Amino acid sequence: MSSIIQVKDVVFRYEGEEEPVLNKTTLEIEQGAFVVILGHNGSGKSTLAKHLNGILTPDEGSIFVDGMDTRDYEKLLDIRRTVGMVFQNPDNQMVASVVEDDVAFAPENLGLPPDEIRARVDEALKLVDMYEYRLHAPHLLSGGQKQRVAIAGVIAMRPRCIVLDEPTAMLDPAGRHEVIGTIKRLCRMNGITIVLITHHMNEAIDADRVFVMSNGKVVSEGTPKEVFSNVESLKAEGLTVPDTAELLYELKLAGFEFPAGTLTVEECARAISSALK
Amino acid sequence: MPIIKTEALTHVYSKGSPFESVALENINIEIAQGEFVGLIGHTGSGKSTFVQHLNGLLLPTNGRVLMDGADINSSKKLRHEIRFKVGLVFQYPEYQLFEETVYKDISFGPRNMKLSKQEIDERVREAAGFVGVPESLFEKSPLEISGGQKRRVAIAGVIAMRPDVLILDEPTAGLDPEGCESILNNISDYRRATGATIILVSHSMEDIAKISERLIVFDGGHIVMDDSPMEVFSQADRLRSIGLDVPVVTDIATRLRELSIYVPECCYTVSQLRDAILSLKKGGSSC
Ligand SMILES: Nc1ncnc2c1ncn2[C@@H]1O[C@H](COP(=O)(O)OP(=O)(O)O)[C@@H](O)[C@H]1O
Ligand SMILES: Nc1ncnc2c1ncn2[C@@H]1O[C@H](COP(=O)(O)OP(=O)(O)O)[C@@H](O)[C@H]1O
Ligand SMILES: [Mg+2]
Ligand SMILES: [Mg+2]
Repeated sequence: MSSIIQVKDVVFRYEGEEEPVLNKTTLEIEQGAFVVILGHNGSGKSTLAKHLNGILTPDEGSIFVDGMDTRDYEKLLDIRRTVGMVFQNPDNQMVASVVEDDVAFAPENLGLPPDEIRARVDEALKLVDMYEYRLHAPHLLSGGQKQRVAIAGVIAMRPRCIVLDEPTAMLDPAGRHEVIGTIKRLCRMNGITIVLITHHMNEAIDADRVFVMSNGKVVSEGTPKEVFSNVESLKAEGLTVPDTAELLYELKLAGFEFPAGTLTVEECARAISSALK
Repeated sequence: MPIIKTEALTHVYSKGSPFESVALENINIEIAQGEFVGLIGHTGSGKSTFVQHLNGLLLPTNGRVLMDGADINSSKKLRHEIRFKVGLVFQYPEYQLFEETVYKDISFGPRNMKLSKQEIDERVREAAGFVGVPESLFEKSPLEISGGQKRRVAIAGVIAMRPDVLILDEPTAGLDPEGCESILNNISDYRRATGATIILVSHSMEDIAKISERLIVFDGGHIVMDDSPMEVFSQADRLRSIGLDVPVVTDIATRLRELSIYVPECCYTVSQLRDAILSLKKGGSSC
Protein backbone atom coordinates (compact mmCIF):
# COMPACT_ATOMS: atom_id res chain seq x y z
CA MET A 1 0.00 0.00 0.00
CA SER A 2 1.14 3.53 -0.62
CA SER A 3 0.56 6.51 1.59
CA ILE A 4 -1.82 9.32 0.67
CA ILE A 5 -0.68 11.76 3.38
CA GLN A 6 2.82 12.23 4.72
CA VAL A 7 3.35 14.56 7.66
CA LYS A 8 7.01 15.03 8.46
CA ASP A 9 8.49 16.88 11.45
CA VAL A 10 5.83 19.55 11.30
CA VAL A 11 6.21 22.54 13.60
CA PHE A 12 3.40 25.08 13.78
CA ARG A 13 2.70 28.14 15.93
CA TYR A 14 -0.45 30.24 15.85
CA GLU A 15 0.32 33.86 15.09
CA GLY A 16 1.65 35.78 18.06
CA GLU A 17 2.11 32.63 20.16
CA GLU A 18 5.45 31.46 21.44
CA GLU A 19 4.80 27.79 22.11
CA PRO A 20 4.42 25.58 19.06
CA VAL A 21 1.09 23.70 18.94
CA LEU A 22 2.54 21.10 16.60
CA ASN A 23 6.03 20.22 17.69
CA LYS A 24 7.68 17.87 15.23
CA THR A 25 4.56 15.92 14.38
CA THR A 26 5.26 13.00 12.08
CA LEU A 27 2.80 10.49 10.69
CA GLU A 28 1.88 8.70 7.50
CA ILE A 29 -1.60 7.71 6.35
CA GLU A 30 -2.07 4.78 4.00
CA GLN A 31 -4.32 5.11 0.99
CA GLY A 32 -7.69 3.49 1.76
CA ALA A 33 -7.09 3.07 5.49
CA PHE A 34 -9.38 3.83 8.41
CA VAL A 35 -7.23 5.87 10.76
CA VAL A 36 -8.15 7.21 14.19
CA ILE A 37 -6.39 10.06 16.00
CA LEU A 38 -6.75 10.25 19.78
CA GLY A 39 -5.38 12.81 22.21
CA HIS A 40 -6.34 14.96 25.19
CA ASN A 41 -8.08 18.30 24.70
CA GLY A 42 -5.53 20.81 23.45
CA SER A 43 -3.07 18.19 22.19
CA GLY A 44 -3.17 19.64 18.67
CA LYS A 45 -5.57 17.30 16.86
CA SER A 46 -7.72 19.99 15.26
CA THR A 47 -4.66 22.00 14.32
CA LEU A 48 -3.23 18.91 12.63
CA ALA A 49 -6.55 18.22 10.88
CA LYS A 50 -6.50 21.73 9.38
CA HIS A 51 -3.02 21.00 8.05
CA LEU A 52 -4.20 17.93 6.16
CA ASN A 53 -6.05 19.93 3.52
CA GLY A 54 -4.01 23.09 3.55
CA ILE A 55 -6.27 25.31 5.71
CA LEU A 56 -3.09 25.77 7.76
CA THR A 57 0.45 25.20 6.53
CA PRO A 58 3.54 24.21 8.53
CA ASP A 59 6.18 26.68 9.77
CA GLU A 60 8.75 23.91 9.58
CA GLY A 61 8.67 20.38 8.21
CA SER A 62 6.38 19.31 5.39
CA ILE A 63 3.07 17.79 4.48
CA PHE A 64 2.47 15.95 1.24
CA VAL A 65 -1.04 15.06 0.11
CA ASP A 66 -1.03 12.59 -2.75
CA GLY A 67 2.44 13.86 -3.60
CA MET A 68 1.46 17.55 -3.45
CA ASP A 69 3.21 19.90 -1.02
CA THR A 70 0.52 21.76 0.98
CA ARG A 71 2.67 24.91 0.87
CA ASP A 72 2.46 24.95 -2.91
CA TYR A 73 -0.30 27.51 -3.43
CA GLU A 74 -0.93 26.37 -7.01
CA LYS A 75 -1.91 22.93 -5.72
CA LEU A 76 -4.30 24.16 -3.03
CA LEU A 77 -7.47 23.51 -5.01
CA ASP A 78 -6.35 19.99 -5.90
CA ILE A 79 -5.44 19.33 -2.28
CA ARG A 80 -8.87 20.50 -1.09
CA ARG A 81 -10.48 18.19 -3.65
CA THR A 82 -8.38 15.28 -2.46
CA VAL A 83 -9.01 15.75 1.26
CA GLY A 84 -12.46 16.81 2.52
CA MET A 85 -13.24 17.96 6.07
CA VAL A 86 -16.21 17.37 8.38
CA PHE A 87 -16.40 19.23 11.70
CA GLN A 88 -18.02 18.73 15.09
CA ASN A 89 -21.08 20.92 14.92
CA PRO A 90 -23.47 19.87 12.14
CA ASP A 91 -25.45 23.10 12.47
CA ASN A 92 -22.49 25.23 11.45
CA GLN A 93 -21.95 23.22 8.28
CA MET A 94 -25.35 23.65 6.64
CA VAL A 95 -25.64 26.46 4.14
CA ALA A 96 -28.81 25.80 2.14
CA SER A 97 -32.48 25.37 3.07
CA VAL A 98 -32.92 22.09 1.19
CA VAL A 99 -30.71 19.02 1.74
CA GLU A 100 -29.78 18.47 -1.92
CA ASP A 101 -28.83 22.12 -2.42
CA ASP A 102 -26.56 21.83 0.55
CA VAL A 103 -24.81 18.84 -0.97
CA ALA A 104 -24.59 20.60 -4.35
CA PHE A 105 -22.94 23.68 -2.86
CA ALA A 106 -19.31 22.65 -3.28
CA PRO A 107 -19.59 21.03 -6.74
CA GLU A 108 -21.46 24.12 -7.93
CA ASN A 109 -18.56 26.24 -6.78
CA LEU A 110 -16.29 24.07 -8.89
CA GLY A 111 -18.33 25.19 -11.89
CA LEU A 112 -19.26 21.63 -12.93
CA PRO A 113 -22.02 21.17 -15.55
CA PRO A 114 -25.57 20.73 -14.09
CA ASP A 115 -25.86 17.05 -15.17
CA GLU A 116 -22.62 16.22 -13.48
CA ILE A 117 -23.67 18.04 -10.30
CA ARG A 118 -27.03 16.22 -10.28
CA ALA A 119 -25.30 12.85 -10.67
CA ARG A 120 -22.78 13.58 -7.93
CA VAL A 121 -25.39 14.84 -5.47
CA ASP A 122 -27.60 11.78 -5.98
CA GLU A 123 -24.66 9.45 -5.66
CA ALA A 124 -23.38 11.17 -2.52
CA LEU A 125 -26.80 11.15 -0.83
CA LYS A 126 -27.26 7.47 -1.64
CA LEU A 127 -23.82 6.64 -0.21
CA VAL A 128 -24.74 8.15 3.18
CA ASP A 129 -28.25 6.72 3.02
CA MET A 130 -29.97 10.12 2.94
CA TYR A 131 -31.36 10.06 -0.61
CA GLU A 132 -34.99 9.94 0.58
CA TYR A 133 -34.38 13.12 2.53
CA ARG A 134 -33.03 15.08 -0.44
CA LEU A 135 -35.93 17.55 -0.45
CA HIS A 136 -36.10 18.00 3.33
CA ALA A 137 -35.06 21.09 5.28
CA PRO A 138 -31.69 20.44 6.99
CA HIS A 139 -32.67 22.12 10.26
CA LEU A 140 -35.44 19.56 10.82
CA LEU A 141 -33.09 16.58 10.59
CA SER A 142 -31.61 14.77 13.60
CA GLY A 143 -27.97 15.37 14.49
CA GLY A 144 -26.84 12.09 12.92
CA GLN A 145 -28.73 12.88 9.72
CA LYS A 146 -27.21 16.36 9.56
CA GLN A 147 -23.71 14.93 9.91
CA ARG A 148 -24.43 12.43 7.13
CA VAL A 149 -25.56 15.28 4.89
CA ALA A 150 -22.33 17.11 5.75
CA ILE A 151 -20.41 13.96 4.77
CA ALA A 152 -22.40 13.79 1.49
CA GLY A 153 -21.41 17.41 0.77
CA VAL A 154 -17.79 16.36 1.06
CA ILE A 155 -18.26 13.15 -0.99
CA ALA A 156 -19.79 15.16 -3.82
CA MET A 157 -16.29 16.56 -4.35
CA ARG A 158 -15.13 12.94 -4.91
CA PRO A 159 -12.30 13.19 -2.36
CA ARG A 160 -9.93 10.30 -1.81
CA CYS A 161 -9.69 11.10 1.88
CA ILE A 162 -12.13 12.51 4.46
CA VAL A 163 -10.94 13.99 7.75
CA LEU A 164 -13.63 14.10 10.45
CA ASP A 165 -12.90 16.21 13.55
CA GLU A 166 -15.00 14.82 16.44
CA PRO A 167 -18.05 14.33 14.21
CA THR A 168 -19.95 12.42 16.93
CA ALA A 169 -19.25 14.64 19.94
CA MET A 170 -22.68 16.28 19.84
CA LEU A 171 -24.72 13.24 18.80
CA ASP A 172 -26.98 10.82 20.65
CA PRO A 173 -26.15 7.08 20.58
CA ALA A 174 -28.19 6.41 17.41
CA GLY A 175 -26.56 9.38 15.67
CA ARG A 176 -23.11 8.11 16.62
CA HIS A 177 -23.90 4.66 15.20
CA GLU A 178 -25.19 6.15 11.94
CA VAL A 179 -22.13 8.32 11.41
CA ILE A 180 -19.55 5.70 12.36
CA GLY A 181 -21.36 3.06 10.28
CA THR A 182 -21.40 5.42 7.30
CA ILE A 183 -17.71 6.30 7.43
CA LYS A 184 -16.64 2.69 7.89
CA ARG A 185 -18.70 1.73 4.85
CA LEU A 186 -17.21 4.54 2.77
CA CYS A 187 -13.79 3.27 3.70
CA ARG A 188 -14.35 -0.46 3.24
CA MET A 189 -16.71 -0.41 0.24
CA ASN A 190 -15.62 2.72 -1.60
CA GLY A 191 -11.95 2.84 -0.73
CA ILE A 192 -12.09 6.35 0.72
CA THR A 193 -9.35 6.99 3.26
CA ILE A 194 -10.87 8.00 6.61
CA VAL A 195 -9.13 10.02 9.30
CA LEU A 196 -11.35 10.12 12.39
CA ILE A 197 -10.56 12.31 15.39
CA THR A 198 -12.51 11.19 18.44
CA HIS A 199 -12.69 10.91 22.23
CA HIS A 200 -14.86 7.80 22.04
CA MET A 201 -12.43 4.92 22.34
CA ASN A 202 -15.04 2.41 21.18
CA GLU A 203 -15.05 4.09 17.74
CA ALA A 204 -11.38 3.16 17.29
CA ILE A 205 -11.77 -0.59 17.73
CA ASP A 206 -12.05 -1.36 13.99
CA ALA A 207 -9.41 1.12 12.84
CA ASP A 208 -6.45 -0.02 10.77
CA ARG A 209 -4.17 2.35 12.61
CA VAL A 210 -4.43 4.55 15.71
CA PHE A 211 -2.26 7.59 16.45
CA VAL A 212 -2.10 9.13 19.91
CA MET A 213 -1.17 12.80 20.13
CA SER A 214 0.12 14.64 23.14
CA ASN A 215 1.45 18.20 23.25
CA GLY A 216 1.81 18.45 19.49
CA LYS A 217 3.57 15.13 18.98
CA VAL A 218 2.54 11.64 18.02
CA VAL A 219 3.47 9.72 21.18
CA SER A 220 2.17 6.31 20.22
CA GLU A 221 0.92 4.55 17.11
CA GLY A 222 -0.09 1.10 16.05
CA THR A 223 -3.07 -1.15 15.51
CA PRO A 224 -5.90 -0.70 18.03
CA LYS A 225 -4.76 -3.94 19.68
CA GLU A 226 -1.27 -2.58 20.14
CA VAL A 227 -2.26 0.90 21.27
CA PHE A 228 -5.00 -0.20 23.67
CA SER A 229 -2.76 -2.76 25.32
CA ASN A 230 -0.84 0.10 26.94
CA VAL A 231 -3.58 0.97 29.40
CA GLU A 232 -1.31 2.79 31.83
CA SER A 233 0.44 4.98 29.30
CA LEU A 234 -2.89 5.99 27.72
CA LYS A 235 -4.23 6.95 31.13
CA ALA A 236 -1.14 9.02 31.70
CA GLU A 237 -2.11 10.92 28.52
CA GLY A 238 -5.57 11.72 29.93
CA LEU A 239 -7.13 9.04 27.73
CA THR A 240 -8.62 5.67 28.40
CA VAL A 241 -9.22 2.39 26.57
CA PRO A 242 -12.45 0.82 25.33
CA ASP A 243 -14.49 -0.69 28.19
CA THR A 244 -13.76 -4.20 26.89
CA ALA A 245 -10.02 -3.62 27.30
CA GLU A 246 -10.54 -1.83 30.61
CA LEU A 247 -12.44 -4.80 32.04
CA LEU A 248 -9.80 -7.30 30.96
CA TYR A 249 -7.07 -5.04 32.30
CA GLU A 250 -8.75 -4.87 35.72
CA LEU A 251 -9.27 -8.63 35.77
CA LYS A 252 -5.60 -9.15 34.90
CA LEU A 253 -4.64 -7.00 37.87
CA ALA A 254 -6.70 -9.42 39.95
CA GLY A 255 -4.75 -12.42 38.65
CA PHE A 256 -6.59 -13.49 35.47
CA GLU A 257 -4.68 -14.31 32.32
CA PHE A 258 -5.92 -13.40 28.84
CA PRO A 259 -4.55 -13.40 25.32
CA ALA A 260 -3.36 -9.89 24.34
CA GLY A 261 -5.36 -7.39 22.31
CA THR A 262 -8.97 -8.32 22.93
CA LEU A 263 -11.31 -5.46 21.95
CA THR A 264 -14.71 -6.55 20.64
CA VAL A 265 -17.55 -7.55 22.96
CA GLU A 266 -17.56 -11.05 21.49
CA GLU A 267 -13.80 -11.57 21.95
CA CYS A 268 -13.98 -10.13 25.43
CA ALA A 269 -16.85 -12.39 26.55
CA ARG A 270 -15.13 -15.46 25.09
CA ALA A 271 -11.82 -14.61 26.75
CA ILE A 272 -13.53 -14.32 30.14
CA SER A 273 -15.51 -17.47 29.56
CA SER A 274 -12.43 -19.55 28.77
CA ALA A 275 -10.49 -18.04 31.67
CA LEU A 276 -13.25 -19.12 34.05
CA LYS A 277 -13.56 -22.65 32.73
CA MET B 1 -42.71 15.95 50.06
CA PRO B 2 -40.76 15.75 46.79
CA ILE B 3 -38.45 18.70 46.15
CA ILE B 4 -39.62 18.83 42.53
CA LYS B 5 -42.92 17.74 41.11
CA THR B 6 -44.50 18.28 37.72
CA GLU B 7 -48.20 17.86 37.12
CA ALA B 8 -49.41 17.24 33.58
CA LEU B 9 -46.60 19.46 32.31
CA THR B 10 -47.00 20.19 28.61
CA HIS B 11 -44.91 22.46 26.41
CA VAL B 12 -45.79 23.52 22.89
CA TYR B 13 -43.35 25.70 20.95
CA SER B 14 -44.77 28.31 18.54
CA LYS B 15 -48.32 27.45 19.52
CA GLY B 16 -50.87 28.40 16.90
CA SER B 17 -48.30 28.94 14.15
CA PRO B 18 -47.60 26.55 11.26
CA PHE B 19 -44.39 25.61 13.11
CA GLU B 20 -46.23 24.46 16.23
CA SER B 21 -44.34 21.63 17.90
CA VAL B 22 -45.24 19.67 21.03
CA ALA B 23 -41.98 19.24 22.92
CA LEU B 24 -43.43 17.83 26.16
CA GLU B 25 -46.76 16.19 26.73
CA ASN B 26 -48.33 15.43 30.09
CA ILE B 27 -45.18 14.92 32.14
CA ASN B 28 -45.86 13.80 35.72
CA ILE B 29 -42.76 13.30 37.78
CA GLU B 30 -41.60 13.53 41.38
CA ILE B 31 -38.00 13.95 42.40
CA ALA B 32 -36.96 13.61 46.05
CA GLN B 33 -34.41 15.71 47.89
CA GLY B 34 -30.92 14.29 47.39
CA GLU B 35 -31.70 12.00 44.47
CA PHE B 36 -29.20 11.57 41.63
CA VAL B 37 -31.24 11.33 38.46
CA GLY B 38 -29.94 10.62 34.95
CA LEU B 39 -31.98 11.94 32.02
CA ILE B 40 -31.54 10.24 28.66
CA GLY B 41 -33.33 10.44 25.31
CA HIS B 42 -32.58 10.98 21.62
CA THR B 43 -31.90 14.48 20.31
CA GLY B 44 -35.19 16.35 20.20
CA SER B 45 -36.89 14.09 22.78
CA GLY B 46 -37.55 17.04 25.09
CA LYS B 47 -34.75 16.84 27.69
CA SER B 48 -33.58 20.44 27.42
CA THR B 49 -37.14 21.77 27.33
CA PHE B 50 -37.92 19.76 30.47
CA VAL B 51 -34.95 20.98 32.48
CA GLN B 52 -35.62 24.60 31.51
CA HIS B 53 -39.07 24.23 33.07
CA LEU B 54 -37.52 23.09 36.34
CA ASN B 55 -35.90 26.44 36.90
CA GLY B 56 -38.64 28.57 35.48
CA LEU B 57 -36.98 29.59 32.22
CA LEU B 58 -40.03 28.44 30.26
CA LEU B 59 -43.70 28.78 31.11
CA PRO B 60 -45.83 25.63 30.86
CA THR B 61 -48.34 25.59 28.03
CA ASN B 62 -50.34 23.40 30.39
CA GLY B 63 -49.74 21.89 33.80
CA ARG B 64 -47.61 22.98 36.75
CA VAL B 65 -44.10 22.75 38.13
CA LEU B 66 -43.91 22.55 41.93
CA MET B 67 -40.87 23.19 44.08
CA ASP B 68 -41.27 22.17 47.74
CA GLY B 69 -44.98 22.01 47.05
CA ALA B 70 -45.38 25.53 45.64
CA ASP B 71 -46.17 26.29 41.99
CA ILE B 72 -43.03 28.10 40.83
CA ASN B 73 -44.99 30.11 38.31
CA SER B 74 -47.65 31.30 40.75
CA SER B 75 -45.86 34.49 41.77
CA LYS B 76 -43.10 36.79 40.57
CA LYS B 77 -41.24 36.22 43.81
CA LEU B 78 -41.16 32.44 43.40
CA ARG B 79 -40.14 32.71 39.76
CA HIS B 80 -37.24 34.88 40.86
CA GLU B 81 -36.17 32.62 43.73
CA ILE B 82 -36.28 29.44 41.68
CA ARG B 83 -33.32 30.64 39.59
CA PHE B 84 -31.10 30.41 42.66
CA LYS B 85 -32.60 27.28 44.16
CA VAL B 86 -32.38 25.30 40.93
CA GLY B 87 -29.06 25.82 39.21
CA LEU B 88 -29.02 24.97 35.51
CA VAL B 89 -25.80 24.45 33.59
CA PHE B 90 -26.65 24.72 29.90
CA GLN B 91 -25.24 22.64 27.08
CA TYR B 92 -21.88 24.12 25.98
CA PRO B 93 -22.05 26.73 28.76
CA GLU B 94 -18.61 28.04 27.89
CA TYR B 95 -20.15 30.07 25.08
CA GLN B 96 -22.07 32.08 27.68
CA LEU B 97 -19.11 33.39 29.65
CA PHE B 98 -19.18 37.14 29.18
CA GLU B 99 -17.41 38.89 32.07
CA GLU B 100 -13.90 40.35 31.89
CA THR B 101 -12.45 37.93 34.40
CA VAL B 102 -12.98 34.38 35.56
CA TYR B 103 -13.67 35.68 39.09
CA LYS B 104 -16.41 38.02 37.89
CA ASP B 105 -17.99 35.25 35.85
CA ILE B 106 -18.16 32.86 38.79
CA SER B 107 -19.48 35.62 41.08
CA PHE B 108 -22.25 36.72 38.70
CA GLY B 109 -24.94 34.52 40.31
CA PRO B 110 -24.12 35.34 43.95
CA ARG B 111 -23.98 39.06 43.09
CA ASN B 112 -27.52 38.79 41.71
CA MET B 113 -28.54 37.19 44.96
CA LYS B 114 -27.54 40.43 46.69
CA LEU B 115 -25.13 38.70 49.08
CA SER B 116 -22.43 40.57 51.01
CA LYS B 117 -19.05 41.00 49.39
CA GLN B 118 -17.48 38.61 51.84
CA GLU B 119 -20.14 35.97 51.30
CA ILE B 120 -19.73 36.29 47.53
CA ASP B 121 -15.98 35.85 47.84
CA GLU B 122 -16.40 32.78 50.01
CA ARG B 123 -18.77 31.19 47.53
CA VAL B 124 -16.60 31.92 44.51
CA ARG B 125 -13.62 30.25 46.16
CA GLU B 126 -15.67 27.31 47.32
CA ALA B 127 -17.28 26.77 43.90
CA ALA B 128 -13.93 27.09 42.11
CA GLY B 129 -12.56 24.50 44.52
CA PHE B 130 -15.34 22.05 43.71
CA VAL B 131 -14.60 22.08 40.00
CA GLY B 132 -10.83 22.47 40.17
CA VAL B 133 -10.45 26.02 38.85
CA PRO B 134 -7.19 27.25 40.45
CA GLU B 135 -7.24 30.74 42.01
CA SER B 136 -4.35 31.68 39.73
CA LEU B 137 -6.91 31.88 36.92
CA PHE B 138 -9.26 34.28 38.75
CA GLU B 139 -7.94 37.46 37.14
CA LYS B 140 -7.59 35.96 33.64
CA SER B 141 -10.07 36.67 30.89
CA PRO B 142 -12.32 33.70 30.10
CA LEU B 143 -11.09 34.09 26.51
CA GLU B 144 -7.54 33.18 27.55
CA ILE B 145 -8.24 29.82 29.15
CA SER B 146 -8.73 26.41 27.53
CA GLY B 147 -12.10 24.97 26.54
CA GLY B 148 -12.08 22.46 29.39
CA GLN B 149 -11.34 25.21 31.92
CA LYS B 150 -14.10 27.42 30.50
CA ARG B 151 -16.56 24.59 31.02
CA ARG B 152 -15.44 24.35 34.67
CA VAL B 153 -15.78 28.09 35.18
CA ALA B 154 -19.33 27.97 33.83
CA ILE B 155 -20.23 25.12 36.19
CA ALA B 156 -18.60 26.97 39.11
CA GLY B 157 -20.79 29.99 38.32
CA VAL B 158 -23.89 27.88 38.93
CA ILE B 159 -22.50 26.04 41.96
CA ALA B 160 -21.61 29.41 43.54
CA MET B 161 -25.34 29.99 44.03
CA ARG B 162 -25.37 26.83 46.19
CA PRO B 163 -28.46 25.49 44.48
CA ASP B 164 -30.53 22.81 46.21
CA VAL B 165 -31.01 21.23 42.82
CA LEU B 166 -28.13 21.16 40.34
CA ILE B 167 -29.06 20.35 36.74
CA LEU B 168 -26.39 19.79 34.10
CA ASP B 169 -27.31 19.49 30.41
CA GLU B 170 -24.64 17.30 28.75
CA PRO B 171 -21.76 18.69 30.83
CA THR B 172 -19.11 16.35 29.43
CA ALA B 173 -19.83 16.66 25.68
CA GLY B 174 -16.59 17.17 23.74
CA LEU B 175 -14.26 16.66 26.71
CA ASP B 176 -11.47 14.10 26.71
CA PRO B 177 -11.89 11.01 28.94
CA GLU B 178 -9.94 12.48 31.83
CA GLY B 179 -11.89 15.75 31.62
CA CYS B 180 -15.19 13.82 31.63
CA GLU B 181 -14.23 11.74 34.59
CA SER B 182 -13.05 14.66 36.66
CA ILE B 183 -16.21 16.70 35.98
CA LEU B 184 -18.38 13.74 36.99
CA ASN B 185 -16.30 13.39 40.16
CA ASN B 186 -16.73 17.12 40.88
CA ILE B 187 -20.49 16.73 40.60
CA SER B 188 -20.47 13.78 43.00
CA ASP B 189 -18.29 15.75 45.42
CA TYR B 190 -20.73 18.65 45.34
CA ARG B 191 -23.59 16.35 46.09
CA ARG B 192 -21.75 14.61 48.92
CA ALA B 193 -20.81 17.91 50.50
CA THR B 194 -24.20 19.59 50.19
CA GLY B 195 -26.81 16.85 49.88
CA ALA B 196 -28.08 18.58 46.74
CA THR B 197 -30.38 16.89 44.25
CA ILE B 198 -28.61 16.28 40.94
CA ILE B 199 -30.16 15.91 37.49
CA LEU B 200 -27.69 14.94 34.78
CA VAL B 201 -28.54 14.92 31.08
CA SER B 202 -26.11 12.86 29.00
CA HIS B 203 -25.73 10.96 25.74
CA SER B 204 -23.08 8.75 27.29
CA MET B 205 -24.71 5.61 28.64
CA GLU B 206 -21.39 4.77 30.32
CA ASP B 207 -21.31 8.05 32.28
CA ILE B 208 -24.96 7.78 33.24
CA ALA B 209 -24.43 4.18 34.37
CA LYS B 210 -21.50 5.13 36.59
CA ILE B 211 -23.19 7.88 38.47
CA SER B 212 -27.03 7.88 38.51
CA GLU B 213 -29.35 6.08 40.89
CA ARG B 214 -32.46 6.60 38.84
CA LEU B 215 -32.92 6.96 35.10
CA ILE B 216 -35.68 8.88 33.36
CA VAL B 217 -35.97 8.10 29.66
CA PHE B 218 -37.56 10.57 27.23
CA ASP B 219 -38.89 9.73 23.80
CA GLY B 220 -40.82 12.16 21.61
CA GLY B 221 -41.81 14.44 24.49
CA HIS B 222 -42.96 11.61 26.76
CA ILE B 223 -41.38 9.79 29.67
CA VAL B 224 -41.22 6.17 28.55
CA MET B 225 -39.18 4.66 31.40
CA ASP B 226 -38.46 5.79 34.94
CA ASP B 227 -36.57 3.20 36.92
CA SER B 228 -33.25 2.06 38.36
CA PRO B 229 -30.35 1.87 35.89
CA MET B 230 -30.46 -1.90 36.29
CA GLU B 231 -34.09 -2.12 35.14
CA VAL B 232 -33.63 0.40 32.34
CA PHE B 233 -30.43 -1.15 30.97
CA SER B 234 -32.00 -4.60 31.03
CA GLN B 235 -34.19 -3.43 28.12
CA ALA B 236 -31.51 -3.10 25.46
CA ASP B 237 -33.81 -3.66 22.47
CA ARG B 238 -36.32 -1.11 23.64
CA LEU B 239 -33.60 1.48 24.29
CA ARG B 240 -32.09 0.90 20.85
CA SER B 241 -35.48 1.27 19.21
CA ILE B 242 -35.71 4.82 20.59
CA GLY B 243 -32.23 5.90 19.53
CA LEU B 244 -30.44 5.03 22.75
CA ASP B 245 -28.14 2.22 23.77
CA VAL B 246 -26.87 0.27 26.76
CA PRO B 247 -23.35 0.56 28.18
CA VAL B 248 -20.81 -1.73 26.49
CA VAL B 249 -20.45 -3.53 29.82
CA THR B 250 -24.12 -4.53 29.68
CA ASP B 251 -23.49 -6.08 26.26
CA ILE B 252 -20.53 -8.03 27.61
CA ALA B 253 -22.57 -9.24 30.59
CA THR B 254 -25.43 -10.35 28.33
CA ARG B 255 -23.03 -12.25 26.08
CA LEU B 256 -21.44 -13.88 29.14
CA ARG B 257 -24.82 -15.14 30.30
CA GLU B 258 -25.41 -16.60 26.84
CA LEU B 259 -22.09 -18.40 27.28
CA SER B 260 -23.40 -19.81 30.59
CA ILE B 261 -21.37 -17.44 32.78
CA TYR B 262 -24.13 -16.27 35.05
CA VAL B 263 -23.14 -12.75 36.04
CA PRO B 264 -26.07 -10.89 37.61
CA GLU B 265 -28.25 -8.42 35.68
CA CYS B 266 -27.14 -5.56 37.88
CA CYS B 267 -23.73 -5.23 36.19
CA TYR B 268 -23.49 -2.17 33.97
CA THR B 269 -20.18 -0.61 34.95
CA VAL B 270 -16.67 -2.02 34.54
CA SER B 271 -16.09 -2.29 38.28
CA GLN B 272 -19.43 -4.02 38.91
CA LEU B 273 -18.77 -6.61 36.23
CA ARG B 274 -15.20 -7.11 37.40
CA ASP B 275 -16.41 -7.80 40.94
CA ALA B 276 -19.10 -10.16 39.70
CA ILE B 277 -16.57 -12.15 37.66
CA LEU B 278 -14.13 -12.26 40.57
CA SER B 279 -16.79 -13.60 42.89
CA LEU B 280 -17.83 -16.21 40.30
CA LYS B 281 -14.22 -17.32 40.21
CA LYS B 282 -14.28 -17.75 43.96
CA GLY B 283 -17.44 -19.77 43.55
CA GLY B 284 -19.93 -17.18 44.80
CA SER B 285 -22.41 -14.95 43.05
CA SER B 286 -23.60 -11.65 44.36
CA CYS B 287 -24.93 -8.33 43.21
N1 LIG C 1 -6.76 29.98 16.51
C1 LIG C 1 -5.93 29.73 17.54
N2 LIG C 1 -5.10 30.68 18.01
C2 LIG C 1 -4.24 30.43 19.04
N3 LIG C 1 -4.16 29.26 19.68
C3 LIG C 1 -4.95 28.27 19.27
C4 LIG C 1 -5.89 28.44 18.17
N4 LIG C 1 -6.56 27.29 17.98
C5 LIG C 1 -6.07 26.43 18.90
N5 LIG C 1 -5.11 27.01 19.67
C6 LIG C 1 -4.35 26.36 20.76
O1 LIG C 1 -3.62 25.28 20.21
C7 LIG C 1 -3.60 24.17 21.10
C8 LIG C 1 -4.10 22.93 20.37
O2 LIG C 1 -5.47 23.13 20.01
P1 LIG C 1 -6.27 22.12 19.11
O3 LIG C 1 -5.50 21.83 17.87
O4 LIG C 1 -7.63 22.68 18.97
O5 LIG C 1 -6.27 20.81 20.04
P2 LIG C 1 -7.31 19.59 20.11
O6 LIG C 1 -8.11 19.58 18.84
O7 LIG C 1 -6.43 18.40 20.28
O8 LIG C 1 -8.15 19.82 21.33
C9 LIG C 1 -4.45 24.56 22.29
O9 LIG C 1 -3.58 24.97 23.32
C10 LIG C 1 -5.26 25.73 21.79
O10 LIG C 1 -5.57 26.62 22.83
N1 LIG D 1 -36.85 27.31 20.75
C1 LIG D 1 -37.54 26.35 20.09
N2 LIG D 1 -38.49 26.65 19.18
C2 LIG D 1 -39.19 25.68 18.55
N3 LIG D 1 -39.01 24.37 18.74
C3 LIG D 1 -38.07 24.01 19.64
C4 LIG D 1 -37.28 24.96 20.36
N4 LIG D 1 -36.44 24.30 21.19
C5 LIG D 1 -36.69 22.98 20.99
N5 LIG D 1 -37.66 22.80 20.07
C6 LIG D 1 -38.22 21.51 19.62
O1 LIG D 1 -38.72 20.85 20.75
C7 LIG D 1 -38.39 19.46 20.73
C8 LIG D 1 -37.62 19.09 21.97
O2 LIG D 1 -36.35 19.74 21.92
P1 LIG D 1 -35.31 19.70 23.11
O3 LIG D 1 -36.03 19.95 24.39
O4 LIG D 1 -34.20 20.62 22.77
O5 LIG D 1 -34.82 18.18 23.07
P2 LIG D 1 -33.46 17.49 23.55
O6 LIG D 1 -32.82 18.38 24.58
O7 LIG D 1 -33.89 16.17 24.10
O8 LIG D 1 -32.59 17.33 22.34
C9 LIG D 1 -37.64 19.24 19.43
O9 LIG D 1 -38.55 18.79 18.46
C10 LIG D 1 -37.13 20.61 19.07
O10 LIG D 1 -37.00 20.75 17.67
MG1 LIG E 1 -10.22 19.69 18.54
MG1 LIG F 1 -30.80 19.18 24.56
